[in-house]
Amino acid sequence: MLAVTAIALLCVRGLFVASMLTGIYSLLTTALFVLLDAVDVAFTEAAVGAGITTVLFLAMLSKVSARHNDSSTLNFQPLPFLVVILTGALLVYATRDMPEFGDPQAPANLHVAPKYIKDGKKETGVPNLVTAVLASYRGYDTLGEVTVIFTAGVGVLLLLGRKRRRTSGESGEE
Amino acid sequence: MKNNFIVREVANLFLPIIVLFGFYVQFHGDFGPGGGFQAGVIVAVGIILYALVHGLKKTRQLIPDVFIRFLMAMGLLLFAATGLASLFLGAEFLNYSVLGSDQLTGQHIGIILIELGVGITVAAVMVAIFYAFVGRDAK
Repeated sequence: MLAVTAIALLCVRGLFVASMLTGIYSLLTTALFVLLDAVDVAFTEAAVGAGITTVLFLAMLSKVSARHNDSSTLNFQPLPFLVVILTGALLVYATRDMPEFGDPQAPANLHVAPKYIKDGKKETGVPNLVTAVLASYRGYDTLGEVTVIFTAGVGVLLLLGRKRRRTSGESGEE
Repeated sequence: MKNNFIVREVANLFLPIIVLFGFYVQFHGDFGPGGGFQAGVIVAVGIILYALVHGLKKTRQLIPDVFIRFLMAMGLLLFAATGLASLFLGAEFLNYSVLGSDQLTGQHIGIILIELGVGITVAAVMVAIFYAFVGRDAK
């Protein structure tokens, strides 16, 4: 179903339908994360991907729809298509070297994960292991993530948030 | 959407529930799924819903831009200050064990503080981006 939505997303021309389909895609991804027992990630995907992003897309659409004309037709270009197929094939080939899904002997499961799982509750007193790792063990990373979000906000404000000062004297400033 | 009676009333009904759920996710994040990031987004969604139904102008009067920008910085600073506090109390940066009387209490205080910082920053940034996108007048 994820693949069907993705293909449909490629084929539709209308921006409104496309933004709705991205929302559906996010919701399906959420279901996938829940199936993989990653409830925290699913939560984020549902709130950000299906919620905020769709609203932002729609808000943007209401601004541009008057000027946008989607008369472009779907024309087939062989070279980009070939590059995409080759890259995809390479990625699929690379996954053959990856350890089995859920393999306890996989390198990612042997490094620090056993310590977190064994001592996490004792050392932090937090029952939700994801929170314990995110907030306590990997505190630096989370601080970095918050800084990234903050920087993104500052960037958007710098680009879009300022008042238009198109008065006669200051027109050269922008 | 401003003039649709049903949409307005349903939104008014759900708004407190959404924001309350946001706070629940925020402070319950160490027991169940969730945490600062998700909670911030949920609270921001509540504010955006209000803006969609009641208009951007009214929302901006309630929650002015300056306040949002202030919160954006405050959340990040709260996170960093928690780290610095543990630094000054004799442990490593962001090692919360020294914040309380024993290790578990310290960890708990630290995690709640930094999750609060994450939540504040995320909510403020989301609302700021929404304001910036929607408040932009079409040329």
